[in-house]
Amino acid sequence: MQVYGTKVKTPLFLGTARYPSPAILLQAIQTAQAEVITVSLRREGAGGGAFRDLLAQSGARVLPNTAGCHSVAEAITTARMAREVFQTDWLKLEVIGNADSLQPDVFQTVQAAKVLCAEGFKVFPYTTDDLIVGERLLEAGCQVLMPWGAPIGTCQGLRNPDALRAMRAHFPGVPLIVDAGIGAPSHAAQVMEMGFDGVLTNTAVALAGDPVAMAGALAGAVGAGQAAYHAGIVAPRDMAEPSTPVFGLAVLG
Amino acid sequence: MRIEVNGQSHEMPPTTVAIALANLGFPTKGIATALNGHFLAAHARDRLLAEGDRLEVLSPMQGG
Repeated sequence: MQVYGTKVKTPLFLGTARYPSPAILLQAIQTAQAEVITVSLRREGAGGGAFRDLLAQSGARVLPNTAGCHSVAEAITTARMAREVFQTDWLKLEVIGNADSLQPDVFQTVQAAKVLCAEGFKVFPYTTDDLIVGERLLEAGCQVLMPWGAPIGTCQGLRNPDALRAMRAHFPGVPLIVDAGIGAPSHAAQVMEMGFDGVLTNTAVALAGDPVAMAGALAGAVGAGQAAYHAGIVAPRDMAEPSTPVFGLAVLG
Repeated sequence: MRIEVNGQSHEMPPTTVAIALANLGFPTKGIATALNGHFLAAHARDRLLAEGDRLEVLSPMQGG
């Protein structure tokens, strides 16, 4: 996909949280061949330096998030801090509306996106599958949308595939990355078969029994789904249709 | 002068953000700062702290 003028070949974006160890995280990034990984900012404490070294070692492009922000002001301050520390204007904008559901507050997300896009940030907004919110985010200056598959960390897969299909059809030229809710490779393949440009997942890999193997499985699924979409998936039909030719069938009865 | 750094209260003589950070043992690189909820760029850390200021010092961390 081409996003903000940058070509990203691997459609699997990886979150970096909740892994059993930094070494396993690094191996997962490498196995998935992830080009983009999400990171955050938290209060400085022990371990910050080691994580910076790991990021450099991964060779991946970092996409800082504003996770945990519940207001426009918090998200804007976090974004500005992230830009300075990570030396990138890429930003995964999250403005959370409810601490339990972690549902994005789309109203505040649009407001924050307006301010941040005007400041030169390349905003990747975490949003719902609402088409009008998507339009407002594009008007705000976003050049990519990241609709949810299911609530963050639930691993449920796509709660509303019909809405996501409609979103894909409504924004034909816009890079769309399904973020949140992916639990299994089949979910990721489903997203890509629908013509989405990418998948962002964290928990499905980090909490898997073998995160490195799961990173590979997800990468394979994303690749398969994307190849299938481009190959042209045959539409389902209601009635049976013989796949073996009827012409030339012997009369034996 | 009493200020709050990452939620913890500290008593210190009047000074700049940069000197306060150094005195508290923070690294000079790889951190970002916010003063009273607003981003404070690295080049602006010569700002004098005032009584009751709230300073946040953040660094890269894992994220989803």
